[in-house]
This record gives sequence, C-alpha cells and structure tokens, in this order.
Amino acid sequence: MLSSTAKNLYWLARYIERAENTARILEATNRIALLTRGRPQGGAEWLSVTGIYGCEMALRERHANPGLEELMHFMAFDEHNPSSIYCGVRAARNNARAERNNLTTDVWENLNGMWLELQSMARLGGPGGDWHGFLDWVKKQAQLVTGAAQSTLLRDEAFNFLALGNFIERGDSTARILDVKYHILLPKGEPVGGSIDYYHWSEILSCVSAFRIYRRVYASAIEPWRVAELMILRRDLPRSLHFCQRQVNFHLEELAEAFAARHEAHRLSGEIYSQLRYGRIELIFQNGLHEFLTDFIQRNGRLSDQIERDFLMK
Amino acid sequence: MTGGRFFDEMRGMDGTVREPYREVARWIDDTPDRRMEQKRREAEILFRRLGITFGAYGAAAGHETAIPFDLIPRVLSQTEWRRLEAGLIQRTRALNAFLRDAYGKREICRAGRIPEAQILQNEQFVPLAQDLDLPGGVHAHICGIDLVRTGEEEFFVLEDNVRTPSGVSYMLENREVMMRLFPRLFADNIVLPVGRYSEALIETLKAAAFSGAADPCIALLTPGQYNSAYFEHAFLADEMGIELVEGSDLFVDESRVYMRTPRGPRRVDVIYRRIDDAFLDPLAFRPDSMLGVPGLVSAIRSRNVNIANALGNGVADDKSTYPYVPEMIRFYLGEEPLIPNVPTYRCGIVEECRYVLDHLRELVVKETHGSGGKGMLVGPAASQAEIEEFRLRIQADPAGYIAQPTLALSTCPTFVEQGIAPRHVDLRPFILSGREVVIMPGGLTRVALREGSLVVNSSQGGGTKDTWVLGT
Repeated sequence: MLSSTAKNLYWLARYIERAENTARILEATNRIALLTRGRPQGGAEWLSVTGIYGCEMALRERHANPGLEELMHFMAFDEHNPSSIYCGVRAARNNARAERNNLTTDVWENLNGMWLELQSMARLGGPGGDWHGFLDWVKKQAQLVTGAAQSTLLRDEAFNFLALGNFIERGDSTARILDVKYHILLPKGEPVGGSIDYYHWSEILSCVSAFRIYRRVYASAIEPWRVAELMILRRDLPRSLHFCQRQVNFHLEELAEAFAARHEAHRLSGEIYSQLRYGRIELIFQNGLHEFLTDFIQRNGRLSDQIERDFLMK
Repeated sequence: MTGGRFFDEMRGMDGTVREPYREVARWIDDTPDRRMEQKRREAEILFRRLGITFGAYGAAAGHETAIPFDLIPRVLSQTEWRRLEAGLIQRTRALNAFLRDAYGKREICRAGRIPEAQILQNEQFVPLAQDLDLPGGVHAHICGIDLVRTGEEEFFVLEDNVRTPSGVSYMLENREVMMRLFPRLFADNIVLPVGRYSEALIETLKAAAFSGAADPCIALLTPGQYNSAYFEHAFLADEMGIELVEGSDLFVDESRVYMRTPRGPRRVDVIYRRIDDAFLDPLAFRPDSMLGVPGLVSAIRSRNVNIANALGNGVADDKSTYPYVPEMIRFYLGEEPLIPNVPTYRCGIVEECRYVLDHLRELVVKETHGSGGKGMLVGPAASQAEIEEFRLRIQADPAGYIAQPTLALSTCPTFVEQGIAPRHVDLRPFILSGREVVIMPGGLTRVALREGSLVVNSSQGGGTKDTWVLGT
C-alpha cells in the first residue's frame, strides 16, 4: 500500500464522519432555535455552532446579519466554507475516486450517490426549508457509507487507516460539542451544577444520539456532570471520547503488529487513552471541564499530526 | 451496401457474405433493430457497472462518457490473423532493433540506409538515452501498431505507436461485455480469447528489470486522475495487482527509486510509465513538470530501475521516421516487410514536396509530430480555404509534413441511428516484447461513427468494436 493511499483513506473517513457530525450539530441547533424563539436572550445562541468550527468570522463576512436560515445554508451548502457538509462530502468523494480500486463497489456507490444527490440539492439552492428532513438524510447517507465500509471492506492495513480517521474525527467532534455548548450553558460565575436549561442539555445528548441512553444508564434527571461523564468517560457509548480513543488505540496496535514497528503515535495514543480509561469525572470538574476538553482537542490534534508523520507522509 | 467503392469486412466488394462473417451475418439478420437497441442500452449499463471502472476512474467521473461501443463485432479469420501476426512481430522486432541502434552505434546510418540527421535532429531524440543497453535489448515493450485494410488481401501499417499507446482496456472490456450480452454468439463461433493480456503484460514488465531479481517490484506511473486515460491506468494496475503511483508517490535516493509506503520506502525495479518523456523527470527534461520523479533518469542510467517504454522511443514512431521502417526491416532482419507501409511523400524532400503541393486535393497531409487525428488535412473532404491554408503551412515548414494518398478504408457493418450501416474501421493490435513477443489475437477496432468519415480517433467521434479472431 502507498502512503498516499493510506492518507486518502484516512481523510476520506474523517470527512464523512465530519459531515455526519455537522448534520447532528445542526439538527440540535435547529431545534434549540425553535425552542428559544421569542424568548428574551434566546436570540442568537444558535450562532454558537460557528464556535464549534471556528468559522464565525467567515459567516459574518458572507452575511452581515445572519439569521438561522443563512447559518444553516452556510454550514450545509456553502462551497467556500471548508466546514460545510457540501465541502466535506465533496472532499470525501474525491478521495474515494482516487482510491476507487482500494474500495468496494458498495462504499463507492453509496458515497458517489450521496454526492450526486447533494449536488442536485445544492443546485436547487437547498432543501427548500425542510432542514429537518435534509439533516436526517445526511446522517443516513453517511451511515450508509460507513456501514458499507464496515460490512464489505477487507480488514487489511488500509482498513486501519480508514478506522483511525473515523474515530479521531468523532472524538474531536464530541469534545467540541460538549465544550462549546457547555460554555454557553454556564453563565459566568455560576457554579457547575447550578440552574441549567433542560432543553439545551437534552439537545446535546441528542447530538450524539444518547438522550434515551442517558435515561437507561442513569435513570435520573438530566444533570450536567452526568452528561459530561457519559460523553467523556463511558466505555460503551460509541460517540464518547473513551470509546473513540479505545478504537484509535486498537487500530494503531493493529498497525504496530502488521508493520512490526512502533512510533511516537503509539505512545501519544496510549497516553490519551489511559487518561480516559482511568479518569474520574469529579477530578475533571475539579480541574475545569473546559480545560480538560481543550487539552483533549489539542492532544487529539497532535496525535493526528503524528499519525501523518509516522505513516502518511513517509 | 458499399456501392462497390470500399471493401466491406462482411460483404467484400461484391456483396456476398465473406466466410468469417457467416454466423455474424445470420445473427444480424435474426436480430430486429428493436432488440439491438435494447442490447445496446444493456451494454451501456454494463459498461457503467462491471466497467464501473470506466465511469468511476474517469477524469471528471460522473459526467465522463465512455467511448461509444458498437455491438457488431469485427471478425478476422485465422489465416488473415496469422499473416498479420507475423507482420506485426516482424515490424516490432525491427523497431526495437532500430531503437537499440539509434541509441547505440547507429550502424543503419553508417550503412547509408537512414540519414543520421533523421535520428539526431529529430525532436524526439533523447541524448540521455545513448548507450543505455537495456535488458533483452527491448526499448518498445508495449507497441500499438495501427493497421488499415483496403481489400481482401490489402493491409497497410498506418502508424506505429511505441511511446505510451493506449486503448487496450477497451479491447478487454469490449470482449467482457460482448460475452455477457451475447453468450450464444460465442457458442456459435470459436473466438480466440484476449483475457490473458494483463498476465502477459506483467511478464513483459518483469523481464524488463535490470537486476534480474526473481520478483521485481513493478509500479504503474500515471499523470493522475485528470488524465483522459486514467481509467485505463487504474484498470491495468488493478488487473496486474501492482501499485498505481503518481510522481509524488515515488522518490529517488542514491540513484535508486523508492515508493512511499506506511511501512517505509519500498524499492521499485520497473516502472510502467504512462507519462510522456518531457514530464518524466524535471531534473532531466521540463523543469516545470509536477508529474514526474526528480532523479528518475539518473536512476535509469545507473541501471537501478527500468522504465517501459524506454526513453526517447519517439524517434522510431515519429511520422517523419515512418517511411524508413521498411528499410529497417530489410537492414536488421534481412527480410521483406510482410505488411507494407502506406506510400508516403516527405515534404522535406523537394521533388516530393512539389508533388504534394500539386495534388493536395487527393492527399491526406499530416504533421510529423501530430497525433490523435489533429493537425491533419483530408484533401478530398477539405474546402478550398483549408487546402490553401495547408499549402502555406507546408511551404513555411516542409519538413514538418508528410502526405499520403487517401485510403479507401474498409467498412464494417455498424449499428447506428438509421439501423445497420457500413462505417470505416481500422485496427490497433497490441504487441508485447519481453522474453518473447506476444500479441493477443485481434486488438482494438476503432470505427468512425459518422457516415463517410475516415477519422476513427475517439476525440473525433470514433467508437470501438469487439475484434474477433476465429479459432478455425
């Protein structure tokens, strides 16, 4: 396998996962906007979504006074916004085309079909106001692609790179969702666990498809520290940081075995993993949740860079 | 059908069905147009799916259109093929001998058969390829030789392609699709298979390794997914099970070529390159090339890597060299050419140029460096203005042009909008030179889909056909 193949597959998985996560975040944003409409202060909270991607400036450059519709369009269809679903799917599809002979027909056809349909929607200027239906569609399509990959691809070296991209991106996204939303939910100076907006928290859980799971696991009212625990430390929640990092670690181990070589990426990954594996939520809150999350995001980013150096740029 | 003017592959000159086409003619008679149309649509779907390869690999895939495929096969009898095969092997051996000589001692010039300037002054001559001494003496590992037919017995070589000939994937996919669509046709006719091509190609490439290693590492070097033949590159790499690489996947260290892999560098022994000489190595040729591999030429000269086809092959298939090929056959092999050239006037020679300028209306004029059916004047079909324009161009640069009589290219029944009608065809067989010379029976038949058109190039509205060589 070529390094460029590994790199294309790694980023293909990241782009698809990112498109799905963006759809999840926009879904929550859309609902929060509907819920808070007409309430004082309820005005622009949904703009926080741009904070997740660090693209608020870019949005303001496009629209002097962006409303919800503009925001949705910017994040879904804007072809100059690298964080948009449109750009993500396009990039994923370009990578897939270059690696057509390293993918199965199932993966290619699902991804190509998704791209073609997205393109025709873009030509119509968007989903005609049906954002809910559209975002649902994006999620389903992305799941078709990842599902096809899971169920048809040969478990060779290449597959590990696809999986690494998938979970590195997912971990990053979960951490960002939690960080940005958490910030907004806690007015300055208010102690953790103070008055919270129930709807916001339930939306965060919905972002990671974990609203019902929270109830099952905790059988209690929604409390912020438990939401954080679920999303960070639960070993069994497929979008939690712990789960993602366990997968990353696993696939790096597979590569170590296949190549009979260990690299700095293995050390970095093990370090992050043990922190999540043995971490306690009380301690995380004690030292500051925001600090913990930004630290994770940075390390996860460093790990991704290291994976590039150890495998993809050789 | 032909009005007697052109030789028809199926009905000859007199309209009676020729023997090799007996079953095909019956099948055409038994198949209503409606059913043909339905099968044609099925073929399109098959090309998209099985040949998913096609649509997906292609340049701007999605809106990439495959070259049109015609359902009616072009058939050659065993006897016809044996004759062509012998002629093609002969010609390929002579071309390889010439390339060896052109980049060696140039005996053929010393013997006064080809002027040395024809080699040394040729733009396609690559001084860096002097004295390479390649494994097996092979320079043209993969040749595509274009043949045309004008009568029962008359075949001509129209053009040699010894740089990076393409189209072989169509030969393979066309057969695949025909067998799926019309299994009964293949039961009623014994058609020699072509599917072994990729295996023969990999053997040819292995034989090109300098090291003589038992299991040389081979890679296919493509300019990338925006190249029009990209799907073919991906298809062949896939079929052979070798890596499809771009320039950036390779690097040269201490005059050795390596492939970048997540395991670390992997040594490469043979590169099947589908990139032109000029873009191959920015250190040796065009410094602005982003497609090539810096240092590749020095690695070749150090005999650490070999490429197929070799550097500087253009000196053998250039249109100004073409008239000398029969002489090469006589000089290197001591044989008479089995398949003749088309008579060719070199405008660089004063008397021949005068003849050409006096007979522009009857001739086909080609640029010596042109390809793909561009930069060409078809006298009988041209307007007065076009003829005058070419007259000026020839006068300005006589050596840049050759001219040939307009050939009455044979026709083959073809399914077009109006039903089944004769259309002009040519034939490009692919010849592999490794430890031995191997040709898949048949090749790629190209067909000019426009009525009366003599230009079969796909860029000029040409299509392709499955090409059969009958087993008995």
